[in-house]
Amino acid sequence: MPRKLLIQNVDVPGISSLETYRAHGGYASVEKALKTMRPEDVVEEVKKSGLRGRGGAGFPTGLKWSFLAKPEGVPRYLVCNADESEPGTFKDRFLMEKTPHSLVEGMITSAYALGVHTSYIYIRGEFFYVARILENAIKEAYAAGLLGKNILGTDFSLDCHVHVGAGAYICGEETALLESLEGKRGNPRIKPPFPAVAGLYGCPTVVNNVETIAAVAPIVNMGGDEYAKIGIGKSTGTKLISASGHINKPGVYEIELGLPVEEFIYGEEYCGGMRNGKKLKAVVAGGSSVPILPADLILKTANGEPRLMSYESLGDGGFQTGTMLGSGGFIVMNEDTSIVKNLFTFTRFYHHESCGQCSPCREGTGWMEKILQKFINGTAQESDVDLLWDVQGKIEGKTICPFGEAAAWPVAAAIRHFKDEFLEIARNKKFVDISHYEKLNGGLS
Amino acid sequence: MKVTIDGIEIDVPKGTTILQAARMIGADVAPPAMCYYTNLKTSGGYCRTCIVKVTQGSAANPTPMPKPVASCRTEVMDGMVVENFTNPEIVEARKGIVEFLLINHPLDCPVCDQAGECKLQDLGYENGLAESRYEFERREYEMIDIGEKIKLHMNRCILCYRCVKVAEQITDGRVHGVINRGDAAEISTYIEQAIDNEFSGNVIDVCPVGALTDKTFRFKQRVWFTKPMNAHRNCTSCSGKVRLWFKGDDVLRVTARKDEWDEAEEFICNGCRYDHKSKYDWVIEGPAPIHRQSVISQNKYANLDEKKLQELKNQKALGFMKIDKKP
Ligand SMILES: Cc1cc2nc3c(=O)[nH]c(=O)nc-3n(C[C@H](O)[C@H](O)[C@H](O)COP(=O)(O)O)c2cc1C
Ligand code: SF4
Ligand code: FES
Repeated sequence: MPRKLLIQNVDVPGISSLETYRAHGGYASVEKALKTMRPEDVVEEVKKSGLRGRGGAGFPTGLKWSFLAKPEGVPRYLVCNADESEPGTFKDRFLMEKTPHSLVEGMITSAYALGVHTSYIYIRGEFFYVARILENAIKEAYAAGLLGKNILGTDFSLDCHVHVGAGAYICGEETALLESLEGKRGNPRIKPPFPAVAGLYGCPTVVNNVETIAAVAPIVNMGGDEYAKIGIGKSTGTKLISASGHINKPGVYEIELGLPVEEFIYGEEYCGGMRNGKKLKAVVAGGSSVPILPADLILKTANGEPRLMSYESLGDGGFQTGTMLGSGGFIVMNEDTSIVKNLFTFTRFYHHESCGQCSPCREGTGWMEKILQKFINGTAQESDVDLLWDVQGKIEGKTICPFGEAAAWPVAAAIRHFKDEFLEIARNKKFVDISHYEKLNGGLS
Repeated sequence: MKVTIDGIEIDVPKGTTILQAARMIGADVAPPAMCYYTNLKTSGGYCRTCIVKVTQGSAANPTPMPKPVASCRTEVMDGMVVENFTNPEIVEARKGIVEFLLINHPLDCPVCDQAGECKLQDLGYENGLAESRYEFERREYEMIDIGEKIKLHMNRCILCYRCVKVAEQITDGRVHGVINRGDAAEISTYIEQAIDNEFSGNVIDVCPVGALTDKTFRFKQRVWFTKPMNAHRNCTSCSGKVRLWFKGDDVLRVTARKDEWDEAEEFICNGCRYDHKSKYDWVIEGPAPIHRQSVISQNKYANLDEKKLQELKNQKALGFMKIDKKP
């Protein structure tokens, strides 16, 4: 039986209430950390655990925490990134909605480790009902003495605020998030300085994903070494995967890292195989911005090894034949899927969401969408494929924030692995049907 | 601190950016900069034309930086090695950025007052392709009057944020410079608030393109037919040190004095800019130094060296121009 550390109790009735959550062992990590450990011990456990950021980049959390500047007399902040807007990713929402206290618990334990007394949860605007759930959980925690002054009778105090964004993907980028939290336009900052040195209101700040922060609780409970035994290599612990697409059982799964991709797609315990017995065509394994892989490459690496759900295995082969674990948004496509249409949808999203600060992203994303529109209309020429390839390459790596890559990579990967599909449309002036969009949202605007 | 840019080493104080260091070496290595402005705090980083490759981070940590960096916002480290024009990838990447800046630009240079002193025009000539690969309709906005004296042509704007920084740094209170997002972003409302401020006219000088133009000068004259003179007057609001643009005996325009990087040396007040257009208002110091590369020097394209000229010809970039190469 694979171990679950984050969402094992979601089906327990009333788990969103403090009482039930505590009855199932909730807030043990707060008791343990505040009463028996020094803050630096908690950081040490997180380092030992090998936990890596679950927001997409996979940066080691313990290392990030150790970078936090600690000047005298300056407040430090912990900010939880609950902006979750990457298409295909919906695991943070699931966790917050079902078991909000898991996040609150992680916030308290993490804040203690970092010497933080004010913390924020920045949640995307569309999740307003989840924000209510969180606010309720926080209220319960205050009432129970788990937040506020002298938590559990210790001399550690912490405030926690929920801040609702206005629904912009770019506000998930950590510095845009901080700008937005400060009440400004959500434009990414030019780095350096990094948030660890000058973050919220110019003070040292740690920004972590919801799942990362929630994972701190089990790490403190079981000890970093024990946590590190789960998983494979440098991909330790469990990971929430948002599975969607043409599978029998879409949903959020907690897996032990290292699970074979094949088992994840076809195993009864997970996605339960392809819907209607169709053939697998391609997978976007880590949210819309990571490179798409065709069926053969997602199931096996270029060397013929079974592909595993881990940072290293999914990354095996670089972008030529591999991809990334990213945020764990696992989008499965069957043989009937048009890669071009899928790419058009993604690119349209990125065009819509670019903040517009820097020229390559502001101008390039719109250009790519317009070129792809020609494929949809059936007016594309073969040379448009090369143009598209060239344009994405001129965005990638030249922008202020990694949004540029997020917009460029899907285009590059679709052309890399499915160029024939583009060429066929261009040669035969085939039209790609997107009429269902009209029904969905009143047409393309 | 020692830094090497395109093979040339220079010693600079701590806190110097790569762009500043490159400018100290000279125009041959200095990257083009469309959004950075020395006198405006937090400017730079947006346009990405100034990107360079750092092939060695520092003497202590020689690892190269993985991506190109904006030289205007990256400080040098001791022992840093930087490649600009010597790095083909950077040259190619910059071409891409210039193309991005141009795809939605109306290219209405023939009727634009900025023509001749437009940074985007220069950049296009130096790095652009002869033909556009962009076949779609360009963005269009209505022209807006920003007060009596300034015209905003959003179509031409490259969102360098310089005018936003001017407004931010010379008006009180919080101002919004940009509304909307992505390629629908536009400069807006804040400037109308800045109108009351007597330094608001500086948004015209900092604009690298013809998006913000001086309504008292619009359509009066092509800049290359005017003669710039440095002059000053006793002014209680600013230093009174300006540049007058003459046609015969008439002062058609007053601007700040710009240095060799086309940046205002000192911001001037609206009084000097708009209300003193008689040569008798001013003590004339003498002709303003004209940059060798300026079209105002008339020989701009004739001065290009042979190789570059050939390259431009090949690109057909100058196809419509008559090139009189002086012996
Ligand atoms: C365009 C963009 C969008 C992002 N969106 C999110 C997001 O919705 N949620 C998130 O946790 N991280 C997001 N990130 C990553 C954050 O910048 C940051 O790396 C992360 O919150 C760090 O947390 P972690 O170390 O716990 O992963 C985004 C990054 C970019 C460039
Ligand atoms: S890459 Fe895109 S989203 Fe990021 S700062 Fe530049 S314009 Fe904004
Ligand atoms: S001048 Fe450096 S990014 Fe614009």
